[in-house]
Parts: sequence; C-alpha cells; structure tokens
Amino acid sequence: MLRYLALKAGRALFVVWAAFTLTFVLLFVLPADPVDLLFDPAELNTVTPEVREQVADGYGFDKPVLLQYLARLGHALTGDFGSSVQSGRSVTATILDVLPSTLVLAFGALVLALLIGFVIALAATSTRRAWVRNLAEALPSGAVSVPVFLSGILVLQIFSFQLGWFPAFGDQGARSLVLPMITLAVPVSGPIAQLLVRSFATEFRSGYVTTSWAKGATRGGIVVRDVFRNASLPALTIAGITFGNLIAGSVITETVFARQGIGRMTQAAINTLDIPLVQGIVVLVAASFAVINLVVDLIYPLLDPRLRATLATGSPLTA
Amino acid sequence: MTAELDVLAAPARPGRASPPAGRLGRLAQQPFLVLSWIIVLVVIGWAVAPGLFTSYGPYDGDSAAGFAPPSAEHWFGTDRLGRDLFARSVYGAHTTLTATLLAVLVAFGIGTVVGLIAGFGGGIVDTAIMRVVDVFLAIPSLLLAMVVVSVLGYSTQNIALAVGVSSIASFARVMRAQVLAVMTQDYVKAAYGLGGGRLRVLVRHVVPNSLNSVIALAALEVGTAVLAVASLGFLGYGAPPPQPEWGLLVAEGRDYVAVHPWASIMPGLALALVVISTHRISTSYRKEHRR
Repeated sequence: MLRYLALKAGRALFVVWAAFTLTFVLLFVLPADPVDLLFDPAELNTVTPEVREQVADGYGFDKPVLLQYLARLGHALTGDFGSSVQSGRSVTATILDVLPSTLVLAFGALVLALLIGFVIALAATSTRRAWVRNLAEALPSGAVSVPVFLSGILVLQIFSFQLGWFPAFGDQGARSLVLPMITLAVPVSGPIAQLLVRSFATEFRSGYVTTSWAKGATRGGIVVRDVFRNASLPALTIAGITFGNLIAGSVITETVFARQGIGRMTQAAINTLDIPLVQGIVVLVAASFAVINLVVDLIYPLLDPRLRATLATGSPLTA
Repeated sequence: MTAELDVLAAPARPGRASPPAGRLGRLAQQPFLVLSWIIVLVVIGWAVAPGLFTSYGPYDGDSAAGFAPPSAEHWFGTDRLGRDLFARSVYGAHTTLTATLLAVLVAFGIGTVVGLIAGFGGGIVDTAIMRVVDVFLAIPSLLLAMVVVSVLGYSTQNIALAVGVSSIASFARVMRAQVLAVMTQDYVKAAYGLGGGRLRVLVRHVVPNSLNSVIALAALEVGTAVLAVASLGFLGYGAPPPQPEWGLLVAEGRDYVAVHPWASIMPGLALALVVISTHRISTSYRKEHRR
C-alpha cells in the first residue's frame, strides 16, 4: 500500500517538474531571441538596443541556459514564477486574482455536465424504446462535436438577445454565470455521458441484475438500486480528461462571454507573449491535473472493495 | 463471456437478425452514416475544387449588400462587406481541411513511431518515453497547442503543427498498448521460433497488426483536429483576416452577433456538421473492425 502511494505521488511530482521544464525549453530556450517574445510584435522595431540589453539583463537571458533554468526552478519551488511582462505584477498574484472566477464557472459546469451525463445514461438504460436509446447514445458524440464557440454564440443569441432572460456579457452576479455554465457543460458532458452509457449497459447485463430480475424486481428498481451504484464509479477514471475539457472549454467560453478568468487570461497572455505568465498557467494546470489523478488513484481503492483486496495482497496493480 | 451476453441482448436490437450481405447493403441500412459520408465528401470537394460549388469569389464584396440574411441568392447570407458567406465557407474548407490533414499526419506519424519504440523496445526506453507522454497528457491539448503556436508564430500551417504535436501523446499511448498486446500473441512467438530476426518480426508482424486501433484513433482525431484548428483560428492564431478560414469566419461574425446572428452561426453550423459526420464515420469504422 505504501509503495503504491509513493509510486503514484512520485509520478505526480515528476509530471509537474517536467511540465515546468518543457515550458522552459519551449518558451525560454527554443526562441532564437527570447527578448523578442517579451515585446509586442507590432512595437518590436521601435525597441532600442539599450532597452533590449537591459531587459535581457533583468530576465537573466545573458547567463548560461542551465543557470537560468536552475534559478527559475528554485524560485518556482517557492511559488514564484517571476512577474508578468504586461502588468509587472507577480505571476502568482495575477493568477490568484482570476482563479476564483474560473473555479466557480468550472464547478458549476461540472455539476451540470454530471447531471446531463447521468440523465442520458439513465434514459438509455431504463427505456424500452429503441429510438430513445439510439438518441441517448448519439447525443454525447453530438455534444463533443459542436464547437464551444458556436454553442456559446447560439446560447447567447437565443437566451440573451432573443428572449432577454440573461445578460450577454460580463461577470456580475449569478445570472451572468448561467449561459457560460451551460456552454461549458455541453462539451464536458459528452465523454462523461459516453462512459456512463457504456458502463450502465455493461452492469445491466451482469449476473446480479439477472438475479434481481428473477426475484421479480422492476426495470426501474434494478436501474436505480443495482446498476446506478455500481456503474457510477468508472466516471472517476476520466476525471483527468474532464479537467482538461473544462480548462480548454473555459478558454473559449470566457472569450465568447467576455468573462474574466484563467481561460481568457491564458489567451491574453499568449496574444501578448507574456512568457512568465504562460509558464505559470501551464504549470498550474499540469499540477492540478496531476493532483486530480493522484486523488482518484488514491480514493478509488477505498470506493471499490475488489481493488482494496488486490492492494492488500500486494499483487502488482499498476503497469 | 461477452458472446453469451450478446445473444441475450440481441432481440432488444431491431435489424440485427439478418444483416444484408456486402458493404453497400450494410450502408443502406444506416441512413445517417450515408448522410455523413455525403457531407464529408462534399466538403472535401469544396476544398479541392471550390469553383464548382459557388459562383461567388471569397473576396468579392458589394458593401451595399452587407449583412443580407440567408436567401436563395446567398445561402449563408453575406458579411459586413457584402461578401457571400457560403462562398467564403466553401473556400475556407481548403485552409481548414489542409491544416487538419497535416495535424493528423504529424500526430499519427510521430505518435505511431514513438509508441512502437516504447512498446517494442521495452525496459528503460519504454519507461522514459511513457513518462514524457504522461507530461504531454497532463497539459490540455488546446493549451499546449496555444503555447506551441505562440513559439512558432501565427499562421494556419503552424496551427496545424501545434495541433499535431499536442495529439502525439495519445497516439503514442494507443500504439504502445497495441504493440504490447500483439507481442504476446502466438504468431509473434512462432515467427521468432522460425528464426525471424527482431527487425523482420517487427516489420512483418508487429507493425501491421498494431496499426488497426491507431487508424481508428486517427479517424476520430480528424473531427477533433478540425475543431482544434477552428478553435485556434477563432482565437485569432491562424490566417490573417481577409482569408477565409472556418474559425475565423465565426470570429468575424461574432462582433455583430446581436443584430446579424447568421454571419457567425451559418459557417459555425457547417463546421459542426462536418465534425459530427466524421465522428459518425469513425464510430462505424471502429465497430466494424472490432468484430
């Protein structure tokens, strides 16, 4: 058990370190002259050589790459990713400023997406009509196929401009959260629903369900009492994918609805080539991903007694 | 186990009892699949010979006829400068689909080789490669693609490379899993037993038998890559404005969405239809090859 824990935690740490190193190589080493990236491309020609030197000195670009790397890594370990080129404020503070706004949006969208996923899976499993089942099975692939920017614009058009139910832009109050939440929930719900439909179907054909049929249980009773509990657990295995979808979706959603948040800040940081900020965001996202997967790996055995037994006997579980 | 259960489940599904013979017969039973193929083929036609599908040019504008709603004359309506949006969508197919193709080729080519080396090499090589793959999987592909594009510079070609690079990891993982599965098969052991060298076994047996799942993934990746390319175009990392590109078309219309919604919705719907169709096709491919 301890070995399992240490292995998983070690892998998570490695991912975060490697994400830092990867972004360092991509952003600080590969560009021919990283100083170029620090200025707005439109204003690049007006920058004097003195200013360039000063900047290169300030960022340590004149030192050997390895020293730069070690210095940045050392600072990053204490949570210091340097300061944003655009605002001059510390990267950590800049990210923390907008993080709550994205967390609220992402959490709301996640809850909604889970709801959609379960409704689709329940509908597909409990119906006797083939066309309802076919529709429920086709919906998830439709949900991931519609571009987020299109669904955002459609939702905006219908519920804001036509019906006037919700404000179109901005981030004031709960009402402004509804449309972005729906927009973000749609693509996130797709993979969840797909997985749930499959695992509901598998469980529905399993032995204990046949036993319940034999005992005279109703279809609805079986779905709710037997299948629902056993088939929900696998949804945890795609927590990492779900997180990635939430992040990618929030970039587009926040842009369409002009909300402040990590997604829109990422886009702005990349547009203005705010390298330290981009690196900070990427490392934060990779770290969150690693932590989420670590937590899932650790709590999964607690929730599934069969896995717990495998772990206790010490047989190799992971490849 | 599954065979038995399939028999139990069979009566619930209509149309399974007597599958008609031949590929075309099966196709005729699935109207949506046929429709998907038609949509994809038409859009490929747009990309190859746009002049056959529209008499308007992508840049021909008549500013007096700006923001016309969809009509018989202008199927998708016109944009701010009176340019026909259907023509711009047709010509945009070339930009978007070429980028998609390049992205999938990059991801498929590099990912397959990396996965093959990991799976066939084994040991420390495998461990090292898979840990790197883990890192790429930990960064959402849109974010990774954005970072890569910011380093390479803004253009549709670079978008394609970025989208491709960000999908290498998933291809590598699937290929490695397949290679590992194939290597335990008896025919591989038999090939070694017959005196085949490692290279011969690799080329003759492991590679051909591992590719099927990766090709299925590539089919699925086409839809995902179209979306990613268009998303990056929408965010403004692709071709500069006068050029027609699907994501950019939606972005251009977005500024006027309150008053002239079709300017961004029509090109967006065309894009969504294409992605849905490719997903439908790749699903049926996977189903056919699992049996």
